[in-house]
Amino acid sequence: MEVIRSQKRTASNDAASIPTLPLYFTAPPMEVRLEEFELFAIDRLRVLKGVSDGLARGKNPKEMDDLVSTLWKEHMRHSDVSEMLNKDIISHFVLRLVYCRSDELKKWFLSMETALFRHRFRLQNFEAQRATVGEFGLQYKAVTGAELESLKEKLGQVVRSLGQISPTIETIYYKVPFEEVPDLVAGRRVFIQKGNAFVAGSQLVSLVVTQFRSHISKALILTNRKWTTTIREREKDRLTPIVEGLSSSYLGPDYSQSNEYADISLKDIDQVAKSSFPLCMRHLFEKLREDHHLKHGGRMQLGLFLKGVGLKLEDALAFWRAEFTKKVGSEKFDKEYAYSIRHNYGKEGKRTDYTPYACQKIISSAPGVGDHHGCPYRHFSDDNLRAALGRMGLSSRGMEDVMDKVRNKHYQLACTMTFEAVYGTTCDAGINHPNQYFEESQKILKPKTPTAPV
Amino acid sequence: MTREEPETRGEDMMIDAPKFTNPKPRIENPDEFNVHYLRIYYGKLFPYTDIHKWLSYGHDGKHPGCDEFYFGRREFSFTLENDVYLRYKSFKNASAMEDAIKVNFPYKIDIGAVYSVDPDKRHAYAQSGTNVFTPVERELVFDIDITDYDDVRYCCSGADVCSKCWPLMTVAIKVIDTSLREDFGFKHILWVFSGRRGVHCWVCDVKARRLTNEQRSAVAEYFRVYKGNENNARKVALMGHSLHPFLARSYVDFLKDFFEGELQANQSIFSSKEKYEKILEMISDEDIQLELREKWENAARSSLSEEATSLARWEQLKNTLYSKKQKAPSLRMCVEEIVFTFTYPRIDLEVSKQMNHLLKAPFCVHPKTGRVCVPIDPNNCDEFDPLAVPTLSQLIEEINSGGSKMDVDDDDVPDSDTSLLGKSIKFFRSSFLEPLLKSCKEEIESSYKSKIGKSKDSFSW
Repeated sequence: MEVIRSQKRTASNDAASIPTLPLYFTAPPMEVRLEEFELFAIDRLRVLKGVSDGLARGKNPKEMDDLVSTLWKEHMRHSDVSEMLNKDIISHFVLRLVYCRSDELKKWFLSMETALFRHRFRLQNFEAQRATVGEFGLQYKAVTGAELESLKEKLGQVVRSLGQISPTIETIYYKVPFEEVPDLVAGRRVFIQKGNAFVAGSQLVSLVVTQFRSHISKALILTNRKWTTTIREREKDRLTPIVEGLSSSYLGPDYSQSNEYADISLKDIDQVAKSSFPLCMRHLFEKLREDHHLKHGGRMQLGLFLKGVGLKLEDALAFWRAEFTKKVGSEKFDKEYAYSIRHNYGKEGKRTDYTPYACQKIISSAPGVGDHHGCPYRHFSDDNLRAALGRMGLSSRGMEDVMDKVRNKHYQLACTMTFEAVYGTTCDAGINHPNQYFEESQKILKPKTPTAPV
Repeated sequence: MTREEPETRGEDMMIDAPKFTNPKPRIENPDEFNVHYLRIYYGKLFPYTDIHKWLSYGHDGKHPGCDEFYFGRREFSFTLENDVYLRYKSFKNASAMEDAIKVNFPYKIDIGAVYSVDPDKRHAYAQSGTNVFTPVERELVFDIDITDYDDVRYCCSGADVCSKCWPLMTVAIKVIDTSLREDFGFKHILWVFSGRRGVHCWVCDVKARRLTNEQRSAVAEYFRVYKGNENNARKVALMGHSLHPFLARSYVDFLKDFFEGELQANQSIFSSKEKYEKILEMISDEDIQLELREKWENAARSSLSEEATSLARWEQLKNTLYSKKQKAPSLRMCVEEIVFTFTYPRIDLEVSKQMNHLLKAPFCVHPKTGRVCVPIDPNNCDEFDPLAVPTLSQLIEEINSGGSKMDVDDDDVPDSDTSLLGKSIKFFRSSFLEPLLKSCKEEIESSYKSKIGKSKDSFSW
């Protein structure tokens, strides 16, 4: 697959007469426009995120079929069937690059793509399913009519042996060499005769899905190898930043609930701020301590972050009150500031439990005069940034690497590099949320010791 | 399993240089087995040509589609006197194999897999990316050993075997053989007596030889029913509402009758408290156990024989279980579970799962018994008697008395019905080797034709 700048696309795949699900065995030999590279991937990511949500909400298989159908129509449709197929294939391969880069990313991508495949397969009609199965190179033949009649009793016995009390068999069975269904043979889940296994339609789905999962899993490993050895470097000015930015888009927890690492108490907060806060929050925190005040943007950014880190409402109120009352007095605090803190925690107004800001949001904010929020990598001047990085403990070599990223406007990468330099470790997933930075940092600083009872 | 087991796993046990670990030869039965007899056996009786023909699978060089190096890529291993073990032996033809055997006089010969390259040359290939040393073909094999049934036979234990417990092997052969043919569609199956207390099975169809480890594992698991050890009382758990067709056929055609007939007669599994307690433990319902226990404990001393008593109790147990089977799912097939526990084949899974696992060659002589590992006819296995298998000393005796008839110069070992070994050789050739070679030749022919066809197509403009 060749990525080009703003040129008309050349010949695409012929649409097969029976549209089959692409199995993504090879990257198709086509040219892709740079804009499409990113846009197609984002659309597919929307679908995968939707699948992820659906699964998280415990939807049953039929509901998932409907969900996938809706998601696909919404994001991946195109009036021209061959264009739709191209988008399908291109977006998959771009996302492979994005999600091959760490075990966590691979796991998520594999799960979602497999689930997507499963439900798209289930939505196909019988003919199309057979065609898909054929694409795997497996030899499946449908069993019909007289042959099916003659096997009814034995097939019924298998069904009963698997726990069903009635011997009603499914309507469709496939005759398959037993070698191709080792799991089913091992579990005595199929009837076999003269070397052929008789696989029920419902068993076929899981078989095909198993094949698909195994193939994508292997592909991800190969892609990762290619990425780290050649592609990342070769494409560092063009595709790599896009790839590295994509994984941060929609993935990841929203940190509205803190986890075991993140119960901080007020007495520890200064120490923890120094050791585990990302630069943006450290800056806000230091300014708060220094000025005993923060403007609205800063209060939101830091306040929600602290909530995500585990600061309870009572503690938060105490914290902000302690600082602000040094300047404004406690009555004014109660009147003007306490309300909004409680609002952040969902205790006022429409009671939305606000989620801490992700990097994207922070980077795109526009701090004005007197503001300290935003992303230092973007919003600080070079000198200020260097000074701040120096205070974080970066060496001059480390600093140059980070500044280089900043120059190229890769702010999250800069933050990631800072993280790596500070903790002396790699962070393959890349930082895309301040609370993520905090949690990763805590994992390193407090490895595996059980948390003390609160 | 025998003492060779550790060496058959993995390729890190590459003991090529002979080591003299134990100077004292451990022959249990010097009258039946000794080095002198063995030499004569290898000199005059071991069927080199037949073994070579078998393991060449038709690649005899006579057809352009033959792979003349096929036999040379097969691994053999020798176990010598003093437990010296030589792995990765290979031979380029029958006479090379014969020479090696006549030089070493191995106590045991094992057959391994056909590899991608000569086992001899494996070191040149071991680690590199594309040209690795790896098994490419290997028969699908099974090993059934009667010591795995010690918990259900009362006549013998350990290495002993007698006419009362050998039938367990017979029924195992029937169940597995039928399934291999009916369910899996295999045709070229060789059953061999292991020489003392078990049987081996070699499935030689080309499809079987090309099975991957995962597929072999699947077949082995398909056959697995018994999952027992000391820690569980219910070693066979048949779930669901009916038996899988394979198990149902085995039960109806072989196991049920064997249990109620020969097994009861030979083992009387209900006749003593110790014996029937073991069976009661398999019933998951305490009340039923109690009910039966009381009936049997308080039974007046009857004039019935052990066998009759046993049978009567079995009937009682069946009736009780059938009437109460609705009580719990685990009682649904309790009767069948008991039958399976006592009679269903117990194969050694590890032997079957891996391509590189070595297995003793047919026509070896067992060092502990002196008996020859002769083929068993699955269609007549009821008549096989392990205690009537020719021993080395009997064969030597025959040579001495038969005189010139045995002292033949030609390559083929005679297969006349009049000699002790002749019958076995004849059976090996007619029921197994000849049909196998015929099918191999057809296979070589057809795959050659299709290869030619393909290359013809590629030249077409």
